[in-house]
Amino acid sequence: MFKKFIVLNYFIFSILLNLNLAHSIEPDIFVQSTVNRASDTLSGNNTKEERIEELKKIALDTVDIKGIGFYSLGKHRKGMSDEKKKEYYEVFKNYFLNSFSSRLAEYSNPVIEVNSKEKINDNYTIVSSTLAATDKRPAIKIDWRIYTKNPDKPLIRDLIIEGLSLARTQKEEFNSIIQSNDGSLEVLFENLKNFSNK
Amino acid sequence: MIKRFTIILITTLALTVNSYAGSDGELLLKKNDPSNVKDCFERLNRATFAFNQGLDGIVFEPVAKAYRILPSPVRTGISNSLNNLSNLVTVPNNILQGDFKEAGVNSGRFVLNTTVGLLGIFDVAEQMGFSEYEKEDYGQSLGTAGVGPGCYLVLPVLGPSTIRDTAGSVFNLMGGDPWYNVSVKNDTQYFNEKDYYVSRGTAGVDFRAKNIESFDNLEENAMDFYASVKSLYLQDRKQKILNSKGVIDTMDDSDWEEIEDN
Repeated sequence: MFKKFIVLNYFIFSILLNLNLAHSIEPDIFVQSTVNRASDTLSGNNTKEERIEELKKIALDTVDIKGIGFYSLGKHRKGMSDEKKKEYYEVFKNYFLNSFSSRLAEYSNPVIEVNSKEKINDNYTIVSSTLAATDKRPAIKIDWRIYTKNPDKPLIRDLIIEGLSLARTQKEEFNSIIQSNDGSLEVLFENLKNFSNK
Repeated sequence: MIKRFTIILITTLALTVNSYAGSDGELLLKKNDPSNVKDCFERLNRATFAFNQGLDGIVFEPVAKAYRILPSPVRTGISNSLNNLSNLVTVPNNILQGDFKEAGVNSGRFVLNTTVGLLGIFDVAEQMGFSEYEKEDYGQSLGTAGVGPGCYLVLPVLGPSTIRDTAGSVFNLMGGDPWYNVSVKNDTQYFNEKDYYVSRGTAGVDFRAKNIESFDNLEENAMDFYASVKSLYLQDRKQKILNSKGVIDTMDDSDWEEIEDN
């Protein structure tokens, strides 16, 4: 009886373990599947507006918008009230989704090949890929900073194009706007809202 | 006059940025971090940036678009040829940075591409398995020696720079660029000033033509285009000074760790 119980327990445990492993997604596979999703959207027969809506859905599923938003605020994030942080997140999310989708919507059928991955620590893995050359431009190296704190739900935190970080560029842009307006976050919020309404 | 100006500039730079040789990678990383580069002349820089944007819209972008009409193999040949010419500045800088192996490789690349590759039009060295070509300049050599970037500058027509990188560029005109020496500085029967300025102008157009979409995209999506270009330029220089292709080597992870508690 006891033996049967042990065998049954072992069997259930194995199934649960396998189920758990099955949900864990390798960062390089995650990037390739995200790229394939975006590529399908861009190469389809959808209108530009439909493409933009689909790209926004992909971004919501795969990008750590909250993480990027607060990273972009840098030192200015400190001292913000919870209410202000909530307001910022909403404003930033709209800005990010509009900016992200309109940047990508212009491209048609980009070919991105994932080459390798390098784990930095438990939280981050860098996935390296190449955007294939066209007759107008050479091949472009793109690295993806993947946040892997929850291995079942990896998220994109940065794109590093030929060594240049988009998140870093955005952080310095936000800092410039805040500093040129005497440290006022309100001006940044206004800018983000205006951009989203363009 | 230029010589005197450059000596003063380099001396001032060396004194003000506390230059010393032998700094390690971590210090180089910190010193060249975009957030540590001061924009001492921001108002003037922004005005120059606006001027450059106007000039770009009237001259460079239309010329770059026209250049794109050329068949792709022709553009590749021009680009290869200009890259080959830049070896003349890269090799002395490889030596200045103590990278003698790369100096040898780039010298071989230059000889091979200039002769077999018909004045560099064909990148024969790449076909033969030479390592990927990395340009070096005097600004990078100063950076590698531990000289900090100093203030950020936007130069008319030439675009983003820093005091250190500007000093490096001026050194090209003081004898540091053999191509300038044989075409402009010294009167040789084979080359003249026109050859030098045409090559420099074409290099600018070639670069602009390769980046038309990227520039348009960046400009359209930036809330402060000036700040974005500044950030991209400084990130690029940091990466080049560290001679690193690995993202991990040039990124400061603590940047990201600070948001963990959100």
